[in-house]
Amino acid sequence: MSNFPFLSVLTVAPLVGALVVAVLPRRRPELAKQVAFGWSLLVLALSVVMWLAFKTGGERLQFRESYTWIPQWDARFTFAADGIALVMLMLIAVLVPLVILASWHDAESSKRSIPVYFALLLVLESTMIGVFAAADVFLFYVFFEVMLVPMYFLIGSYGGHQRQYAAVKFFLYSLVGGLFMLAAVIGLWVVGGKTFDWQALTQIDISTGTERWLFLGFFLAFAIKAPFFPFHTWLPDAGGAAPAGAAALLVGVLDKVGTFGILRYCLPLFPEASKWFAPYALALGVIGIIYAALLAVGQNDLKRLVSYTSIAHFGFIGVGIFAFTTQAGTGAVLYMLNHGLATGLLFLVVGMLVARRGSALISDFGGAGKLVPLLAGVLFFAGLASLALPGTAPFVSEFLVLIGTFTVNKPVAVIATLGIILAAAYVLWMVQRTTQGTLNPALTEVEPMRRDLNLREKVVVAPLIALIVLLGFYPKPVTDVINPAVRATMEDVGRTDPAPEVGGVVQEAHR
Amino acid sequence: MTELKLPSIDYAALAPILIMLGAALLGVLVEAFVPRRHRHLVQLSLGLLAVLAALVMVIFNADDRLITAGGALAVDGPTLFLQGAILVLAAMSLLLIGERSVERGGAFVAQAAVTAESVEDRRQAEGSNGATEVYPLASFAIGGMLIFVAANDLLTMFIALEVFSLPLYLLCALARRRRLLSQEAAMKYFLLGAYASAFFLFGVALVYGFTSGIPGRPAGVDFATIHAAVGESPASQVLLFAGMALLSIGLLFKAAAAPFHVWTPDVYQGAPTPVTGFMAACTKVAAFGALLRVFHVAFAGAAWDFTPVLGAVAVLTMLVGAVLAVTQTDIKRLLAYSSIANAGYLLVGVLAPSRDGLAGTMFYLAAYGFSVLAAFAVVTLVRDADGEATHLSRWAGLGKRSPFFAAVFTFILLAFAGIPLTSGFMSKFAVFAPALDADQAWLVVAGVLTSMVLAFPYLRVVVMMWLSEPGESTPTVTVPGGLTSAALMIGVLATLVLGVVPGPLLDLANGAAEFVR
Repeated sequence: MSNFPFLSVLTVAPLVGALVVAVLPRRRPELAKQVAFGWSLLVLALSVVMWLAFKTGGERLQFRESYTWIPQWDARFTFAADGIALVMLMLIAVLVPLVILASWHDAESSKRSIPVYFALLLVLESTMIGVFAAADVFLFYVFFEVMLVPMYFLIGSYGGHQRQYAAVKFFLYSLVGGLFMLAAVIGLWVVGGKTFDWQALTQIDISTGTERWLFLGFFLAFAIKAPFFPFHTWLPDAGGAAPAGAAALLVGVLDKVGTFGILRYCLPLFPEASKWFAPYALALGVIGIIYAALLAVGQNDLKRLVSYTSIAHFGFIGVGIFAFTTQAGTGAVLYMLNHGLATGLLFLVVGMLVARRGSALISDFGGAGKLVPLLAGVLFFAGLASLALPGTAPFVSEFLVLIGTFTVNKPVAVIATLGIILAAAYVLWMVQRTTQGTLNPALTEVEPMRRDLNLREKVVVAPLIALIVLLGFYPKPVTDVINPAVRATMEDVGRTDPAPEVGGVVQEAHR
Repeated sequence: MTELKLPSIDYAALAPILIMLGAALLGVLVEAFVPRRHRHLVQLSLGLLAVLAALVMVIFNADDRLITAGGALAVDGPTLFLQGAILVLAAMSLLLIGERSVERGGAFVAQAAVTAESVEDRRQAEGSNGATEVYPLASFAIGGMLIFVAANDLLTMFIALEVFSLPLYLLCALARRRRLLSQEAAMKYFLLGAYASAFFLFGVALVYGFTSGIPGRPAGVDFATIHAAVGESPASQVLLFAGMALLSIGLLFKAAAAPFHVWTPDVYQGAPTPVTGFMAACTKVAAFGALLRVFHVAFAGAAWDFTPVLGAVAVLTMLVGAVLAVTQTDIKRLLAYSSIANAGYLLVGVLAPSRDGLAGTMFYLAAYGFSVLAAFAVVTLVRDADGEATHLSRWAGLGKRSPFFAAVFTFILLAFAGIPLTSGFMSKFAVFAPALDADQAWLVVAGVLTSMVLAFPYLRVVVMMWLSEPGESTPTVTVPGGLTSAALMIGVLATLVLGVVPGPLLDLANGAAEFVR
């Protein structure tokens, strides 16, 4: 079973689906939606089979495939997945069908082709899978850049207010990062003996100066993508303007490419430079946690608020990665997954609210819970998951990041913990202003606000809620997959976990 | 009396050049003897057949590596590759030039002297054919370009330069719409081109002076002599540097590199669009072919001296092209500045003195030619009652009116912006990688930075087409005739195929990337 070319099939399948959906007649949008949804379920089924075929204690990179592409540059179609990539691939496979289901009526308000919207979602899925499955630096770069195109059109053509501005800003920011990375990719190719194979490139020696420049090239691209403070300004615009489904994918998956890239490329390829840069990265992470949380508190736009909370969460992930302990690293990867689930859910629920009200401004709501109790309840749950309440999945990851960081860097861990308090503030205040309190009389006049979750919407939120609770109580199946990959990454950087200092304390006690 | 020794001439190796020039002469005869109503068809067929025959001969000669015609012409790998590229791109240009169904009477005025709105002009608008002299003129230009990339001494190169430039000046003046703009463009191009030629010739004289006095070798301007002179000439180095600088001015002018680029936007805007495409694709190949040969064959020994200067020119070219492209409001001028910036990227490839660098530059030239011709093909289609609608604001909402052509143009713009899975990305990689390998990191960084700037104007056009609502004045896209469709499809498919599987063409370029001296 493990000989099946899972990764290439998973990359190509959504693209084929997109072509099929795109050529369906424009007059029958329902058919396009059904085909797109069915296709994404097929991808999910295949991903589940791949998850089961993954050997937890096996090699670091599994399902390796390699085909000739451009022999002159030794660029190959090489696919392989480690535990981290596998988790992200699963997240994509789970989120895309739900997003398609949640976006059922999103494209209708835009006056543009409905089949094209769903085709773009499938193209996006294909490029996202490709970027996590690539084990060839050139191939990774290709997916990294191409990914922008479908997202650009999703935001620009189907988004809300200020969509043009947001789409262009998103594209240009990402392209700037991407082009710096291109320079670094070429540099890596030159110093690495003209190969793009990831495994071969981890073995090479680079002079310190060169290594730092190359690291910065990659890091800048990933920091913009993630986004880390101070490269984050595009996200609230893009997240605010994108249709809710696309925004869930943007923040839930697309941005994880940044943190994934740091784990897969920056750390193993440039270990010395990573250690050199770690203090600065930790500082950026901590600033991001506090700064974005403060901004989130002050937002009056629901989608922008969720975008800012994500920037704060990416600060946590950054801290977890650059703490260089297995615990923090595992926490960071788990955070990438849980954040995808929790924020994905939050974005989808907010999207349902916004679609009903026709406005994303918090001040336009108030006491909505009285009209749509179920929807308000789900929003509350998503908010609690987002602030990492114990019992929900994000708590596990946030806790792992904090204790993993505490063992090596107490000040960072302590300041980061403040972020949890701020998270409670922005989530609870948002929930209170929208769904609690006295009913805003204007709300009752909006007819759709009287309809609570329908069956389709329940089907969208149920799996996410189930996963968040399940992984909150029993994260072991996921951590078992992540742990070996993270440990290998930390070994690449040459860091082992600090030994527990219990012995010393015990001796003190004996005296 | 010294006995005259006749040079030996390998006619098979020269066949492509002879075919093109022969067809051009034949075309002149057709003008004289074939009745007016048949001329268009006869001329177009003659031109296309000649190009195809020349291409067949290039392929037939593919393994030639020789110097012939008394040392005047070198038929080697780069010559054959670039000749092939010029011929393929020229065939596409001829298809665009030959289009008659998009506009009644074609894009060319019957005679340059016909004034706008005169009786003759209206007669042409009612359906009589425009000038058919464009075909022999284009054939002369193509023939000149074929010699230009093969020239093995500076005098032959100069003659080739004139042979392909003079027809181009004329072609620029022949636009039917916006006659004054077209004639002004031709005048500018001619005057500045004449200056550039003069600089080139002055450079040849100085270099000739520099080569005198080498023991055991007569003075000369063939590349082998210059190469020897760079190492051992007793003459002052000032002659060499001044000569090299003046020669470069002549060549960089044709390549549209800053600061010798000022003619480009005006000429690109004023010339009939099919001719603009021809210039952007074929002239660029020819100019860079000559630049490569002059710097890699003749002046290779002085690489230490010219690299910093040429590098500065490259950076300036990229900057000027990218920054000024941002402010453009006319699609043809935007593409002109983009073409200037691309000249900068190509110069980066010229400055990577390795086999990979040469191969990458040649790959870039071919790939860029396909994309730019496709881009101008779309420009010829977007039109209203007054001809082509080139102002950018007129393109707003084009994606709604004509999704197919808007999608095609978007794809080409993404290729220009260097997004992967287009030939634009592969080309950039093909020149940047050898440059970095040759320790020219500053050029690569400049290239990357300007690419970011350049992405903005392209993206603005995409936004215009897709994200803006169509206005009252949004023109429609004319359904193209078979000729334009063919050229457009070849260009777009080449952009896609070279972006997904660049291997075969890279292989071809790599196998050809070695000059004979």
